[in-house]
Amino acid sequence: MRLKIVQQLKKDKMAVIGVIIILILAFLAIFAPYLSLYDPMEVNMENRLLTPSEKHPLGTDQLGRDLLSRIVYGTRVSIAAATMATLMIMIFGVTIGAIAGYFGGVVDQAIMRVVDVLLAFPSLILTIAIAGILGPSLMNLIIAMTATGWVGYSRIIRGSVLSVKEKEFIEAARAMGCGNLYIIARHIIPNVISPVIVIATIDMGHTILSITGLSFLGLGAQPPTPEWGAMLNDGKSFMTTAPHLMIFPGLMIMVVVLAFNFLGDGLRDALDPRLRQVMMK
Amino acid sequence: MKKYITKRLLLLIPIMLGASVLSFSILYIAPGDPAELMLERQLQGAPTKEQIDAFKEEHGLNDPIPIQFARWLYKILRGDLGTSLRTEEPVLKEYLNRFPASLVLFLLSQIISITIAIPLGIISAVKHNSKVDHFSRFMAMFGASMPNFWLGLLLILFFAVYLDWLPAFGYGGITHIILPAIALGVSGCASIMRLMRASLLEVLHLDYIRTARAKGLCEKLIIVKHALKNALIPVVTVIGLHISHLISSMVIVEAIFAWPGVGRFLIESIHARDFPVIQGFVLIIAMFFVFANLIVDISYTYLDPRIRYEMERIK
Repeated sequence: MRLKIVQQLKKDKMAVIGVIIILILAFLAIFAPYLSLYDPMEVNMENRLLTPSEKHPLGTDQLGRDLLSRIVYGTRVSIAAATMATLMIMIFGVTIGAIAGYFGGVVDQAIMRVVDVLLAFPSLILTIAIAGILGPSLMNLIIAMTATGWVGYSRIIRGSVLSVKEKEFIEAARAMGCGNLYIIARHIIPNVISPVIVIATIDMGHTILSITGLSFLGLGAQPPTPEWGAMLNDGKSFMTTAPHLMIFPGLMIMVVVLAFNFLGDGLRDALDPRLRQVMMK
Repeated sequence: MKKYITKRLLLLIPIMLGASVLSFSILYIAPGDPAELMLERQLQGAPTKEQIDAFKEEHGLNDPIPIQFARWLYKILRGDLGTSLRTEEPVLKEYLNRFPASLVLFLLSQIISITIAIPLGIISAVKHNSKVDHFSRFMAMFGASMPNFWLGLLLILFFAVYLDWLPAFGYGGITHIILPAIALGVSGCASIMRLMRASLLEVLHLDYIRTARAKGLCEKLIIVKHALKNALIPVVTVIGLHISHLISSMVIVEAIFAWPGVGRFLIESIHARDFPVIQGFVLIIAMFFVFANLIVDISYTYLDPRIRYEMERIK
C-alpha cells in the first residue's frame, strides 16, 4: 500500500513541489550554522534597521541582528517545534486511543467523555489559556498543544482498534500468552498507525500556523529566540520605517505552510477512500 | 424533531459540567500557589505569609478541592463568574461589554467568507478545469496557508500606512472594521470555496441532474434550482465546523487591530495572569461554541429532509 501512495504522490505536481520545498527547508534547518553569514543573536546597535543590502541581504532588525541569519535559524526553531508538537500529540493520542479501544467498558467510557468535553472547546482558545497560565515559553506551548490536540487522534485510533482487536491474529497472540500491553504495542498499533501518520502530515501546516501564531501573541518562543512568529511580533512596531522586518518572516511561514498543505492535499487525494472510511467511524 | 432537540439539549448538560471542571482546573495547573500569584498582582509586590493565609481563608482556598469546585459551580449557576483582578469589575460584565464588538466582527467576517467563497466555488465547479477554476483553486490554497496575523499586518501596512485609506486599528465607524474582517474572513473563504466546488461537482454527476438536462432545462436553472440545494448541505457543515477556527483566530486578529472584543481582553488577561477572567472567559466561549454548533446541527436537519426522516425512523 505504501508504494502505491508514493507512486500516486509522484504524479501529483503540487505534492512534489511541496516535498521539494520541505526538503530545502529541512536542509536549511540542519545546516543553519554553516549557511548563515552572521550569528543570529549578535546585537550590533550601529547597524540597526538597515534595509536589504549586499552585506545584509534581508536587512537588519531593531537590534542590528542580521535578518537572513535569523530567518535561517528560525527554520530550525519552527520546524523542530512543529515536529515535536506533532510527535507528542501523536504519542499521547495513539496511546490513549488504543487503551480506550482495547480495554473498552468503563475505561473507554471515561476516556471518551473527556474527549467529548475537549471537543466542545474551540481548541486554540484552550491552548492559549493553558500556554499562558503555564507561562510563556516554547516548551509550554508544545505541552499546551499536546494537552488539547490528542483528542482527534484518539478518536480515530479508538475506532480502528475496535475493528482490529476482534481479528484472529490478536486472538492467537492472546492464546500464546502475550500480555495486554505487548499486544497493544506489538500487534494493534502497527496495524492502525498509518492513517494517523497521514493525518499528522495533513495537520502539519495547521500546527505550524498555531505555533507561529501563538508565538506572535507572545505565548510561545521568547525573544531573542529567532522564531518567525516572535520575529513578526518584534517587527510590527517598525512597520513604517522597516517593513522588511515583517514581510520576510511572514513569507517564510506562508511558504512552509503552503508546502505542507500541497503535500497534505496530495496525500489526501492518494488515499481518499481509506481515509474517508477511517474518519467516518 | 422535538425529541431530537430535547435529546441534544440534555446531552449538553454533561458537556457543560465537563467544561466547567476544565475551566475550574485552569487555576490549579498554574505553577506556584494561585493565592500568592493573585495577591502579588493585587498588592503590586510580594505578599507576606500572613496576607496569603488571610487571603486563602477569605476565598476558601484551604477547603478540599471538590468543595471549592462545588462552590464555584454554584456561583456560576447564579451568573457569578467572579471579579477581575485587573479591573475589579465582575467577569460577566466585562464579557458582556466586549461581546457585541466581537459578534459584529464575527458576523461580518463570516459574511465576507461566504459571499466570496460560494460564488467562486460555483463558478469553479461549473467551469471545471478552466482557467478560472485553476486560478480560484490556487487562490484558495494561498488563502488557507496565509497566517491571518501576517495578513492582518500586511493589510495595515498597505491600506493604512501606504495608502492611508483606512484606520490601522481601533474601534469606531465602519472603516475600522473592514481590515480586521478581511483578515479573519480570508482563511474561512478558502475552505468554504473548496468544499463548495467539490460538493457541486459531485452533485452535477448525479442522475437527477442528467434527467433535468435531458428534460431540456437550461444549465443556469439546473444549477440554481436543482444542484445547489443538495450541494449546499455539506457546505453548511463546514461553515459550522469553521466556527471553532474562527473564534480562535479572532483572539489573534483582535490583538493586532486593537479591536475591543472578547479575544483581546482574554489575551491581556492571560498576560496579566488574571485567573478569574481566564476561567470565566474560557467557559463562556466554550458555551457559545457548543450552542453555535447545536444551532448548525439543527439547521442542518432542516435543510436536508433525508436526515430528518432518518432520525424519525431511528427513534
